[in-house]
Amino acid sequence: MDLFLQQTFSGLANGAIYACVALAVVMIYQAIDHFNFAQGEMAMFSTFIAWQLLQWGIPFWLVFPICVVISFAGGVAIERIIFGPIHDAPVLSHVIVFIALFSIFNSLAGFIWEFTIKPFPSPFPEAKLLYTNLIGNHELGMIVVVLFMLSLIYLFFRFTPIGLAMRAAAANPESARLVGISVKWMLSLGWGLAAAIGAVAGMLIAPMVFPEPNMMLGILLYGFAGAVVGGLTSPGGAVAGGLLVGVAENLAGTYLIGSELKLTFALIMIVGVLLLRPSGLFGRVVVNRV
Amino acid sequence: MVADVNTTARARRAIPENPALRLSIAGIRLPVWRKIWLILALLVAVVMPFFVEDFSVFQMTQALIFAMAILGLNLLTGFNGQFSLGHSAFFGIGAYTTAIMMGHYDITFYWTVIPAGVVCLVAGFLFGLPALRLEGLYLALATFALATAMPQILKYGHFEEFTGGVQGIDLDKPESPFEFMTDDQFLYFVVLLITIVLFICAWNLVRGRSGRAMIAIRDNPIAAQTMGVNNSVYKSLTFGVSALYTGVAGSMSAIIIQFVAPDSFTFLLAVTFLVGLVVGGAASIPGAIFGGIFVLLIPNFSEWVADLTGRTDAKGLSWAVYGMFLILAVYVMPAGAAGLVQKVTAKLAR
Repeated sequence: MDLFLQQTFSGLANGAIYACVALAVVMIYQAIDHFNFAQGEMAMFSTFIAWQLLQWGIPFWLVFPICVVISFAGGVAIERIIFGPIHDAPVLSHVIVFIALFSIFNSLAGFIWEFTIKPFPSPFPEAKLLYTNLIGNHELGMIVVVLFMLSLIYLFFRFTPIGLAMRAAAANPESARLVGISVKWMLSLGWGLAAAIGAVAGMLIAPMVFPEPNMMLGILLYGFAGAVVGGLTSPGGAVAGGLLVGVAENLAGTYLIGSELKLTFALIMIVGVLLLRPSGLFGRVVVNRV
Repeated sequence: MVADVNTTARARRAIPENPALRLSIAGIRLPVWRKIWLILALLVAVVMPFFVEDFSVFQMTQALIFAMAILGLNLLTGFNGQFSLGHSAFFGIGAYTTAIMMGHYDITFYWTVIPAGVVCLVAGFLFGLPALRLEGLYLALATFALATAMPQILKYGHFEEFTGGVQGIDLDKPESPFEFMTDDQFLYFVVLLITIVLFICAWNLVRGRSGRAMIAIRDNPIAAQTMGVNNSVYKSLTFGVSALYTGVAGSMSAIIIQFVAPDSFTFLLAVTFLVGLVVGGAASIPGAIFGGIFVLLIPNFSEWVADLTGRTDAKGLSWAVYGMFLILAVYVMPAGAAGLVQKVTAKLAR
């Protein structure tokens, strides 16, 4: 039983990472109906920017907002410069550009910061806050930050005019344009938000996996799995899905398949959910008219 | 009556002669030009290995192998409209089939090519079955997962007896039976022969009934179904055939590199194929050759770029260059190099 609890909690900690990435994936999916295959690499790049700022001696709680703002601006710029012109291009072109961004970010990070593993400090205090060994401070802090971020996003979309405009632009671009919403800026905003969420995710993960250009590939896959499990149309679902995937992965690793096949487990989970319940656990079913 | 006459006239013109065939450049008609270029290309392919050093022969062999794999991906993506970011997995399965047969059962290389293709055909078909329910992006996602998971599967402890785990398997090159050819040259001609056979097969496949069905599914699946095309059979078969091409390429690569290891078959390899496909030209068979040559040359080019920035190590930079070219291709020449050639011919032809 102890082992079970231990694994469940450490699964929750991993799940919090996946939840972050899944949230970013869903944000972009909501805005443009595409998976951003470069999401992980964008987050990795943000993490490296944060690492660089830390190296220059800026304290963590100042680095955090700076990095989020830079990433937000970067996300908006990517949408404006690269995706704006090909908005109406076929899906293949979009996937190709995502893959292109993936390789550019990955290799630029390697080129600028080299492929060596770097230490990254945890922003949370070392001292024990809880009288338990089941979960570390960093993991706990991460879950709290993610849930806090989720509630902020919920409040933003539910109660602000811009949030409403973004939802309208995603749901029905033509009508949104007719009532005076600038759909293209809403898309850019969506990209900016996703990049910012990715940056937060990257900075939270970095103390656990260490910044390195390829740090995100496996995590991105789990993020996708989380987003698919939770349903691609629901930010809350993405977070729940991410946590669920983290726990399921850990338990399966402990009791069923061993640690060697964890990525295969994500593959099976993605294909399984897409086949059996394409809308995920919390998503709504989208019906297409022929 | 008038209507009748019109219908017969139309029926007689049912298969109109392609007007492009009658165009000519410099007094020579386009189909003749095409033959001239084909013969020239073949001539270069046959003669060149005798005039360059062994390493260049090795690189030419690699370009052919890339071309084969890209052609496989092109059958699926270009002609059938299904995405795959996971063809590195089939490349790996092909390579490992050959390596295991040679390394553990002492079977000669030539007898492992067809089994490698068949294993991939089956694997592709089986993966294609559930993929039927996945459209566009979802398929890209599932295949992305396949590509990411593949190295881990190859490293898996319980298969280690066969796959050699992280260490992989070492292989021996087959020796040249002729005195006037080095081993590398001989291997090049083996690969060239297989490439030519596969390209002819693809050419016939695409122009035939099945090819038209594949293209119809890509352009409008519902209309295709209405016309009596069995979409699910065609889609999963195309997946299988595409995996077969890539698997045969993988089998060849195992033998020319003389080594297989799990980390050679990562997601980045799948990206390489995609780059070749896009730069060469989607839905173009000669485009695969351009693509193969392109992805081979880019690492050299990026070393040159790295030199410009004053760094000695180009490690990783080639991926940034790949990325730039991908974006460039999407903006400037969506139909790839093959499309560019077509455009130029259309301009020149009268």
